[in-house]
Amino acid sequence: MKSYEFGLWVFMLAVFLGFELIRRVSPLLHTPLMSLTNAISAISVVGAILITGEKDAPSLSLVLGFIAIFASTTNLVSGYLITDRIIKMFKKREPEKK
Amino acid sequence: MDSVLPALYILAAAGFILALKWMSSPATARRGVMAGEAGMLLAVIGTLLRYEVVNYQWIFIAFFLGLAVGVPIAYLTPMTAVPQRTAISHAFGALAAALIGTAEYYRHMPHGFTMGALVLETLLGFLTFTASLMAFAKLQELLPTRPMTYRGQNLVNVSLFGLAVVVGVALVISPEQTWMFPIFMTLALLFGFLLIIPIGGADMPTVIALLNSYAGLSASAMGFVLDNNLLIIAGALDGSSGLILSIIMSRAMNRSFTNILFGAFGQLHTSAAQATARPVHSATPEEAAEILDSARTVIVVPGYGMAVAQAQHKLRELLDALTRRGVDVKFAIHPVAGRMPGHMNVLLAEADVPYDKLFAMDEINSEFPMADVALIIGANDVVNPAAQTDKNSPIAGMPILEAYKARTVMVIKRSLSPGFAGIDNDLYYMDKTLMLFGDAKSVLTSIVKELGAVPRAVENGNGDAPHFHDARMPDATGKLQDSNLSTFSTRTAEKKV
Repeated sequence: MKSYEFGLWVFMLAVFLGFELIRRVSPLLHTPLMSLTNAISAISVVGAILITGEKDAPSLSLVLGFIAIFASTTNLVSGYLITDRIIKMFKKREPEKK
Repeated sequence: MDSVLPALYILAAAGFILALKWMSSPATARRGVMAGEAGMLLAVIGTLLRYEVVNYQWIFIAFFLGLAVGVPIAYLTPMTAVPQRTAISHAFGALAAALIGTAEYYRHMPHGFTMGALVLETLLGFLTFTASLMAFAKLQELLPTRPMTYRGQNLVNVSLFGLAVVVGVALVISPEQTWMFPIFMTLALLFGFLLIIPIGGADMPTVIALLNSYAGLSASAMGFVLDNNLLIIAGALDGSSGLILSIIMSRAMNRSFTNILFGAFGQLHTSAAQATARPVHSATPEEAAEILDSARTVIVVPGYGMAVAQAQHKLRELLDALTRRGVDVKFAIHPVAGRMPGHMNVLLAEADVPYDKLFAMDEINSEFPMADVALIIGANDVVNPAAQTDKNSPIAGMPILEAYKARTVMVIKRSLSPGFAGIDNDLYYMDKTLMLFGDAKSVLTSIVKELGAVPRAVENGNGDAPHFHDARMPDATGKLQDSNLSTFSTRTAEKKV
């Protein structure tokens, strides 16, 4: 099997899995869900590292890769931290335990 | 080593899947974030250790810069500005994907299927980049939030997109024609920019969700270019999440994607908003407090106007005061309340409203007929009965919160001006509806005060209260301060009981 063919299988299964998972997310949490998926899509950092860190990378790759690592690290860090910050605000009862 | 690294990627993908799974309920959501973080850490380590990666200095400098920018964003963004942050992070994510695609094109110049994926990656990446920047500018109100239209707009947009696709296909057929790539890039960037111009503030939740989906799909396409399954999986999860959210949003407004992207809502119907002078019943906060006090069940319908007036903390005080008096209070949240999916829940959670008081539209609609009072604060179109009764209304068929079925309806609103859809609301003219005119925060303050959350007024109300502008209640500055102080003291007193 060619690698892209295998990739298409993976893609198809991941899309269905994504649909099933997201459908179960409570509407309460749609905002943190979106910031979490933002953070997950910062996985682009993997691609950015690969093109920047390559042996003898041309300067174009270095420059573009550098910007890409910066942009996706910003997303990654702010995405996870803000998701956590939002979720911490959801409390079931009034904060009585003191 | 070579057998360990794929394992790291597989674990990372599992982490992302668990992260989404645990987002299903607030009880497990924090665990979900941790699973996601762990997944990302494994993915980054697994990549840094790969034998192809030999130069680290630029990588670490970029890491550090991203950290320096990302951490302050995460901690300093106010909850009302979360939609803007989301839009800008879509822009960053899409830019990263597009630039990686560009670098890969000039470095390796792939052919066939891989080139197709690369074209898709850069097309989605560049258009999402400018579109998200525009969405950010509109949400941040750097640009006017109302739709901007001009003659032939749709024709321009469609032909621009068509042209971008044609050049893209030409690039797939003959990747050697490098002169085409900058043209392709420019077309994609321009299209993203023009796509958002006609879209108004009310449609932002749908558009943000759609851009989320594009950014994810772009990352997934990158996975095909770089032959990396982890990217394919993470991007596909993100893409399907954004797609589902935008479907939920557009259903909640009873509109199709094409209508949102090409319809320029609001602009078309402003002429329908004729201000016919019809009589309304208005009430004072004192009267409202009396009715609320004697009610058994109250359903609050908050809209974005409530958040604009920064009234969520006052609303929470009202919840406290009413709960203390044995009134059952629930909050009805329309899917498009706020500026992004789920935004209203976050704003109320921030004000310490327990989340088991927050109900989605399908859960709460059957309860309105049993409710003594529906209290509407800063919401308009989402409670407009015309959506169900008037087939010619621009919002006909849009699912609404059936507040009009409650025994008494109270509306806190600055004036009778129409909402986003630019149409009048019949709810305001019903016999059982009481209008409380004024700024949401000051009206709520007065109601809470009347409810006796304040047993004894504080004497030194010297008018240094927070900003307050409402000509209708000249003496409210002092009042505001009083009730701030005294509700605080009653609450602390109560905790000791």
